[in-house]
Amino acid sequence: MMRRSPLKTLGLYALVAAIVVFSVFPFYYAILSSFRSGSELFTVTYWPSSFDPSNYISVFAEQPFARNILNSVAVASVVVGLSLFLGVTAAYALARVSFRGRGVLLFTILSVSMFPQVAVLSGMFELIRLLGIYNSLPGLVLSNLILTLPFTVWVLTTFMRELPKELEEAAVVDGASSWVIVRHVFLPLMWPALVTTGLLAFIAAWNEFLFALTFTLSNDMRTVPVAIALITGASQHELPWGNIMAASVIVTVPLVVLVLIFQRKIVSGLTAGAVKG
Amino acid sequence: MSDIALTTATAAPARRSRLSQSRLRSAWLFLTPMIVVLAVVAGWPLLRTIWFGFTDANLSDLSATQFIGLENYYSVYDGETYGLIVDPSWWNAVWNTIWFSAVSVSIETALGLIVALVLNANFRGRALVRAAVLIPWAIPTIVSAKMWGWMLHDQFGVLNDILMGIGLLSQPVAWTADPQTAMWAVVMVDVWKTTPFMALLILAGLQMLPADCYEAARVDGIHPVKVFFKVTLPLIRPAIMVAVIFRALDALRIFDLIYVLTSNSSDTMSMSVYARQQLVDFQEVGYGSAASTLLFLVIAALTIATITLGKVRLGGEMK
Repeated sequence: MMRRSPLKTLGLYALVAAIVVFSVFPFYYAILSSFRSGSELFTVTYWPSSFDPSNYISVFAEQPFARNILNSVAVASVVVGLSLFLGVTAAYALARVSFRGRGVLLFTILSVSMFPQVAVLSGMFELIRLLGIYNSLPGLVLSNLILTLPFTVWVLTTFMRELPKELEEAAVVDGASSWVIVRHVFLPLMWPALVTTGLLAFIAAWNEFLFALTFTLSNDMRTVPVAIALITGASQHELPWGNIMAASVIVTVPLVVLVLIFQRKIVSGLTAGAVKG
Repeated sequence: MSDIALTTATAAPARRSRLSQSRLRSAWLFLTPMIVVLAVVAGWPLLRTIWFGFTDANLSDLSATQFIGLENYYSVYDGETYGLIVDPSWWNAVWNTIWFSAVSVSIETALGLIVALVLNANFRGRALVRAAVLIPWAIPTIVSAKMWGWMLHDQFGVLNDILMGIGLLSQPVAWTADPQTAMWAVVMVDVWKTTPFMALLILAGLQMLPADCYEAARVDGIHPVKVFFKVTLPLIRPAIMVAVIFRALDALRIFDLIYVLTSNSSDTMSMSVYARQQLVDFQEVGYGSAASTLLFLVIAALTIATITLGKVRLGGEMK
């Protein structure tokens, strides 16, 4: 390895420090603010000076925030489960079997993932009302699939395509059905890919805002992002910033922990989804 | 690349044994549920939205919808023109969206490149720094909009405090309310949130570079800056282009961040925010759908252009 001059090393570390501060500071400041209440909240501070959990209590007391978290977990989990199931089976067909129209199908799936959400908003609204699932969690599951399914199929297809051909040949010779091949040959090998895509799909569904905002009406059907966006105080100009920061920290900490644990997988999933697109 | 693999696969001797027949059947069986779901959640709603764009649909009663042709787009009554393409607030939204996309994606590319180069260098605690960089990406857009909304607060915000502390500002700025700065506030938050994504994609490109050309350049004593512009940049250009395209398509449909940070203010209204305001707040489903359709067409055209151009480029690279 090259030896760097001390000046260059200093410059590099200064740059690294700037990047870290820029990335982490807003989150740090939100945590700081969430533990300050009353008039204390309205003085700027850079270091932890007090530890007052009252915002965390009131965010649950003043609105059905626990319910909102449950809603988000339920919607995101079901969406991930459905997307992975449909994704694995479809990816098997798209990656391992050659048939007419495969290219067109892949192209269509890829273009669906580029759809602006607002382009399906009125059609989706009509569909959801027609099915009688307006202002309910099934409505959100249905609409979220448009975000997660194309992406899941795409990434799983690229992953499955790279597995060696010999894998299934033996099974085919033994007369195994396609379903058996997927379940017993591919699925055990696909856990890493499933974890990555599942995680990315979960984050996408967890963060989804436009559909959740438009297709729900009552407080206790809302998901976390909508609940946080709509937290209001006594008047429009007096937002309860302490509560908002506490709610933000509550929903972000699990995500940050997940991302830190699965850092490598997420990076490889993101690059697989994009670079090969 | 996929299509090249595809043609070789289909060009292989097509001996249709019973085995491959049954394989084909089960392939379609496996595909059908996914295709049906996509048709229901994407195809059908999109077609209905396009249809609504040609009607006078109203949110209060969608069943009373009537076909009105192109009137949502353009019409003339008593010498007065109506419709989207003569609506100044629509064009304002179009301009805002384009300005936002161009500015934010440019800044993100520049910063993303710097962050990627730094992460590609060898230093202690690199894994930790890479994890820290992922934090903005992991935070939900709504939450980051709120966090920044608080930091940008005109009276109690920390940003004003910092900038006044180091003497860059003499008085607090109402970042999200002032028409002069509102769009920059949106850009700032977006840059913070999405630079990690950019950096990671570029970093993936950097890590695939062959080490030997750097070795050669070093032996020849070529200045690192020159090496960067003559070797690194051309080699990672494809990776940068992919990242730019992905971000640009994402930026053009921006909704969450603007809606939460600056609400329905016309200074920052994007095409998506405009369409949703018409659809939901004003209940003008027909007019809003027409706007959504235009946004869809813009993005579809860009996507098709990208994919076609991308295919040509990738095909050219394959020997």
